[in-house]
Amino acid sequence: MKNAVEKFMNGLFFICGIVTIIAVLTISIYMIISGIPAIKEIGVWEFITGQVWKSTAAEPQFGILPFILTSVYGTLGAVLIGVPVGLMTAVFLSKLSGPKLSAAVNTAVELLAGIPSVVYGLIGMIILVPAIMKTFGLKNGTGLLAAIIVLSIMILPSIISVSRMALNSVPPEYEEASYALGATKIETIFKVSIPAAKSGIAAGIVLGIGRAIGEAMAVMMVAGNVANMPSLFKSVTFLTTAISKEMSYAAGLQRQALYSIALILFFFIMLINIILNVILKRRSGQ
Amino acid sequence: MKKAISFITIAVIIFASLAGCGSSANAGTSTESAGTSAGTPNPAALSGSISTNGSTSMEKVIASLIEAFTAENPGVTITYDATGSGSGITAASEGSADIGLSSRTLKDSETGLDATVIALDGIAVIVNNANAVDDLTVEQIAGLFTGEITSWSEVGGAATPVALIGREAGSGTRDGFESIIGVADACIYDQELTSTGAVITAVTSNEYAIGYASLSAVSDKTKTLTVNGVMCTEDTVLNGTYAIQRPFIMVTNSGKEPSDAVKAFMEYALSSAATEIIANAGAVQAR
Amino acid sequence: MNNRISAKRRAHSAILKGLIFLCSGITVVLLISLISYIFYRGLGNITWELLTTSRSALKNTIGILPNIIFTFYIILTTLVIVLPVGIGAAIYLNEYAENKRLVNIIEFAAETLTGIPSIIYGLVGYLFFCQRLKMGSSILAGSLTLVIMVLPTIVRTTQEALKTVPYSYREGAVGLGATKWYMIHTIILPSSLDGIVSGAILAIGRIVGESAALIFTAGTAYTLVTNYLDALGTSGGTLSVALYVYVSEHGEFNTGFAIAAILMMIVLFINYSTKLINKRLKKDR
Repeated sequence: MKNAVEKFMNGLFFICGIVTIIAVLTISIYMIISGIPAIKEIGVWEFITGQVWKSTAAEPQFGILPFILTSVYGTLGAVLIGVPVGLMTAVFLSKLSGPKLSAAVNTAVELLAGIPSVVYGLIGMIILVPAIMKTFGLKNGTGLLAAIIVLSIMILPSIISVSRMALNSVPPEYEEASYALGATKIETIFKVSIPAAKSGIAAGIVLGIGRAIGEAMAVMMVAGNVANMPSLFKSVTFLTTAISKEMSYAAGLQRQALYSIALILFFFIMLINIILNVILKRRSGQ
Repeated sequence: MKKAISFITIAVIIFASLAGCGSSANAGTSTESAGTSAGTPNPAALSGSISTNGSTSMEKVIASLIEAFTAENPGVTITYDATGSGSGITAASEGSADIGLSSRTLKDSETGLDATVIALDGIAVIVNNANAVDDLTVEQIAGLFTGEITSWSEVGGAATPVALIGREAGSGTRDGFESIIGVADACIYDQELTSTGAVITAVTSNEYAIGYASLSAVSDKTKTLTVNGVMCTEDTVLNGTYAIQRPFIMVTNSGKEPSDAVKAFMEYALSSAATEIIANAGAVQAR
Repeated sequence: MNNRISAKRRAHSAILKGLIFLCSGITVVLLISLISYIFYRGLGNITWELLTTSRSALKNTIGILPNIIFTFYIILTTLVIVLPVGIGAAIYLNEYAENKRLVNIIEFAAETLTGIPSIIYGLVGYLFFCQRLKMGSSILAGSLTLVIMVLPTIVRTTQEALKTVPYSYREGAVGLGATKWYMIHTIILPSSLDGIVSGAILAIGRIVGESAALIFTAGTAYTLVTNYLDALGTSGGTLSVALYVYVSEHGEFNTGFAIAAILMMIVLFINYSTKLINKRLKKDR
């Protein structure tokens, strides 16, 4: 009897274990099956490099280059702002601040991480968009710049926490050796600690990239959602917002094209995940 | 590996039975509401649930109707998802909503659906309260929205740029506006928003903006322009002098027999009890 | 003492140090201003009426009671499903699994799930739960989608918790003749309870903040449904979804900020509870 119960529980836990595998497989299969038809019909080249997206016109066109470029530039912009600020903050937390200040700033970072994306979107809408309009004298404040600023704030926590942990795990011997050779604290940080932690920091950056490229709600509230080629001050549409904007009412080829956009997005994310894994594996191999 | 394969098979079986569970749960609600259709419908015992989905312009009208109807028929639960006319029609034809809501007439390609007009709504052309312009002709509106006119000074306002605020492509409001003004597929917007309320919000906060929104949703947050001298009111919509108008319709699937609750709700929307409710919500009941 | 360090190096270090302080300052100031602004504009708008009534078009009032109830139901349903599955998976990975490759694959799958953006969850959830399984726009469909989203978190935190149980416990139990399952449910699970609870709290945080996935699967409706079983099959918007709808579609910024303030309070509470539990965990070791 005991043996039977034992075997049953073993089997039950095994099933629980492979749920994650089943989930990933199901999601991938759905993405691929839903996304391929439109790409086949429109043609891979026209789809990915076409610059015009007019999904509901009498003669619909489905070029998603504007979306791809916007997502790429938006993520790049967010990283250009978020990484320096985040890395410097991580350095501060790891090397320069006392325990009490560290704890306080850490709490601040964790809170930033927990704020729902719609709240970021709300504040972006109310404060950022009018500010951009006024500062640059534009006729309209929504656009790529607003999205980049919101995204960079949203990826700060990921970069900060992962970089901080990476910096914390640099063997103290490295730093002590550096001091012994006469380097200042700052020089040690920049010439020894950061390079030693570089794969952990890279992991944090890749994590941030993943978040930025996948963000939909906050971006939808500040980016303007017009299918333009990306430009800082014009309304733009990301891969994610292209889907959320048209998904509910799309039908026929338009709907399948949206699935294809999701497939492209999924592909980007998978690529980023694999890169992340390679970096982490290399790190644990060190 | 063999063990893994056999257990994955079990998992698939579990998933399949979940699928059966899902559809029987849905069948549960429809048998519940179909049960009341045996014999004469008794309004006092009306129960069931109705899911409505669609036009954001119809929000006030539908919300008011739902509230009034459920006050009289507490056994009925009616939900409303504001997703846009296009998705309301899609939801009705896919069967994911009992009633689809649309603020434009059905296209020829949208077959298998019944449309019931419950109200007429005007599409107001709105500008920011700080804008000096009060009236525009249809030609001027067309010029503004196609980008031919690039400064407010050309239509009687200040020498400032024009920011065009519009709706997403599946919107009934956008469809109505563009087809009546004659600029279908030719507008280049500065922002494409997914609800009538969002357009109003954008116009409120941008002094260069011009947009279009359902009459039932506009308030003094923005300035409503007169078109060719005619102000957009319930009366001008009713007698046709305000040209930019469109119907509010309830869309149902022709192949699906509506439940008692759905039938009663639609009759209620068309009845005289609903006239004042619809008027208070800013639209005009269709007669 | 330090005239060995040239002026150039000193200047260099000073500039970089300034940069570091500047950036950290930006982060802290950012956070303080964000939270203050939300509370400044939101707290005043949290009225009793807002919290206890539903939206009335006839009376032109706004109430978020239905959304609060829907949020609660979704959290409940998701946890009820994800906790057993997640804990089971963690137990399998930690206690039963023998094939190292399988463990790696499962963990890789869990990592992958964390990286998938919520809009893709919304899309797949819509396609699979709402359309294929015919659940329509419903709380149940939303919960099931969230289960997959939150599963990796539960698995990871439970694994960590299980790992902290000393090996001696296990050896002692086996020495006394207990079977694996018996040992797990009488000794290991109770010891790991703190970690599991902390994982559940993190999951709640994620659920409460989620909007993109839920808009497509659970809908945005605000009709008051109090019966739990009925609510499972109805379309309903949670607090985050309601925030989005009120702000984007109605332009009701005051309500939006009120909801944002409520969400912030939930986030603060979650962060605080997690810290508390982690402190307890550290004390016990």
